[in-house]
Amino acid sequence: MQLPKIPLEQWIDTFVTWLTENFSGLFDFITNIIEPTVDFFQMILTLAPPVITVAVISLLVLLASRLSVALFTLVGLLLIVNLQLWEQSVETISLVLTASLVSVIIGVPLGILAARKQWVQNILTPVLDFMQTMPAFVYLIPAVFFFALGAVPGVIASVIFAMPPTIRLTNLGIRQVPKDLIEAADAFGSTSFQKLFKVQLPLAKSTIMAGMNQTIMLSLSMVVIASMIGAGGLGDVVLQAISRLEVGQGFEGGLAIVIIAIVLDRVTQSLGNGKRKIS
Amino acid sequence: MKKFEVEDLTKIFGRSPVKGLELVRQGKEKEEILKETGMTVGVNRASFSVDSGEVFVIMGLSGSGKSTLVRLLNRLIEPTEGSVKLDGEDITKMNSEQLREARRTKMGMVFQRFALFPHKSVCENVEYGLEIQGVPKQERNKKALESLGLVGLENYADSYPDQLSGGMQQRVGLARALANDPDILLMDEAFSALDPLIRKDMQDELMDLQSSMQKTIIFITHDLDEALRIGDRIALMKDGKIVQIGTPEDILTNPANEYVEKFVEDVNLTKVLTASSIMKRSEALVLGKDGPRVALKRMREKGTSTVMVVGRDRTFLGVLTAEGAKEVAENGKSIEDVLIKDAVVVEEDTPVSDLLPKMAENQFAYPAVVTNEQGKLRGVVVRGAMFAALAGNGVNNDATS
Ligand SMILES: Nc1ncnc2c1ncn2[C@@H]1O[C@H](COP(=O)(O)OP(=O)(O)OP(=O)(O)O)[C@@H](O)[C@H]1O
Ligand SMILES: [Mg+2]
Repeated sequence: MQLPKIPLEQWIDTFVTWLTENFSGLFDFITNIIEPTVDFFQMILTLAPPVITVAVISLLVLLASRLSVALFTLVGLLLIVNLQLWEQSVETISLVLTASLVSVIIGVPLGILAARKQWVQNILTPVLDFMQTMPAFVYLIPAVFFFALGAVPGVIASVIFAMPPTIRLTNLGIRQVPKDLIEAADAFGSTSFQKLFKVQLPLAKSTIMAGMNQTIMLSLSMVVIASMIGAGGLGDVVLQAISRLEVGQGFEGGLAIVIIAIVLDRVTQSLGNGKRKIS
Repeated sequence: MKKFEVEDLTKIFGRSPVKGLELVRQGKEKEEILKETGMTVGVNRASFSVDSGEVFVIMGLSGSGKSTLVRLLNRLIEPTEGSVKLDGEDITKMNSEQLREARRTKMGMVFQRFALFPHKSVCENVEYGLEIQGVPKQERNKKALESLGLVGLENYADSYPDQLSGGMQQRVGLARALANDPDILLMDEAFSALDPLIRKDMQDELMDLQSSMQKTIIFITHDLDEALRIGDRIALMKDGKIVQIGTPEDILTNPANEYVEKFVEDVNLTKVLTASSIMKRSEALVLGKDGPRVALKRMREKGTSTVMVVGRDRTFLGVLTAEGAKEVAENGKSIEDVLIKDAVVVEEDTPVSDLLPKMAENQFAYPAVVTNEQGKLRGVVVRGAMFAALAGNGVNNDATS
């Protein structure tokens, strides 16, 4: 006997249409925040000629990290400029920075909430599992539905895909603070805000930074995939190469992505470990 | 004056504490309740009071509920039932703001594993209590340095906790608790993580601080030696219940039940130890040769308030107190008139177990005098040496009372 197919597809479609019709104001609002942010990063990165921008970035990296990382940044980014992929790289970096920023702004408070309230964690854990196990490009479809094509749905999809580690590790970092330190903070009469900002967050800092690092790396990978919905950037280069079977061009685009990935990774890592040095 | 008045304080860990409470009231034991319901009795109807300026020691085996009890006093753990009155105000009924205020101003806590904030410097750690009260940077820095001075660590203000040894870290913990100038110190096995020598130092230091600052100290330990050394009174806990409260003498001489007896059993070394093994040599005043001023000078030098008086052949005659010596010096009385003759006098081979009740009888007012068969002075046994011996760490001829 053949069971009738559950009309899941229709339900979802109806739901999505309902959302688009009733929440268009909300989606416009989100678009109005994300679009200018991406543009802002692009504007900053294109203020000066590429070579000068690269030099400035390398200097900033030197301040935040080690000399070797700064040198790698300089050489790597110059190579990208040389390959004439700078423009696309700027697009990609702007998308990544925007997506990461949004993820952190939403993710850290959610993580804090989850650490303080058990019920928040109980709700969030399955949601986060779901968000992370869905294949990345599945997010592209609803994103396109609500935000049409372009950079904004790309950022939205990246945020959904990349935010879980920040939430998880913020939660974990705060929960890992030793119990007796919490007791000490309480015993001296801290308010819960004082406890959070003077004890829990500082002690969870390196764990939270590890979460942010993962978020940034995930949003880079998602931003590249998001070129499928017109987000632009280096993903476009690779996508074109695939459709035209141009191996060389595909390799160049891939190389640029790898360089950006390594720079982002090393810089955020050294920010996370940049604790007090023991003399 | 009463600092703490604790009544019927009970803590039951588990899903339905109210039901556990009922079982506790029916007089069921911790183990039965655990087996029947899976709930743990942390503290079982504890009632006691602590005087202002008292050192109150809570002692008991692991799991007997000491940490739970001390945390109920500042409500780090919510009681299931009972009241804790601090200066007459019931902590258990305070709202969160009142509770915070009480914790900020009245109670400092010292933790077993120090619990220093690793991301803060020593000075910032000590400042913490003041910082969260919004005391201006400069003022709290000054107070923190004073407090560090009390524990002899003012030179380490800018170090970080992980750069210090365990003993130093615990001094910082003590300084942090003292910085708010609280009336009360809650110390949960504060010295247990330290090695024995440093531990003794810390005990002495705490006692020095106590005699100059007169805090009320609630001190948790599972170590009888420590309890006897520092406690004015000792409460013994078992399975969440307080089984006996008393002075060190009470606990040693009249154990309330088998448990207490077992706890102090090791102490019965006293049957083997003799007066001569715990006495210290005593310089004596020779009657007819030395005058009252010499006596006072000796006492000052030795930091004691009594001196033994002997005849020219070292026969023991009596105890001269500082007051007595002053009277002689000022009113022209003779030393014999003020000499105290009823001090405890024993021979060298008297067992400590016989000596103790005698000393306890006159409230340890004077050191016990040890003579040989001919009644010649051999030495004295001071209160501290007595307790050290009772605690089983044997002979300590340097002990002073
Ligand atoms: N948070 C908790 N949840 C459940 N049971 C607890 C909790 N804290 C303590 N207990 C139980 O309460 C009892 C008393 O524990 P407590 O820590 O007060 O003992 P303690 O006398 O301080 O022991 P120790 O000398 O080992 O520190 C123990 O049986 C313990 O298992
Ligand atoms: Mg304990």
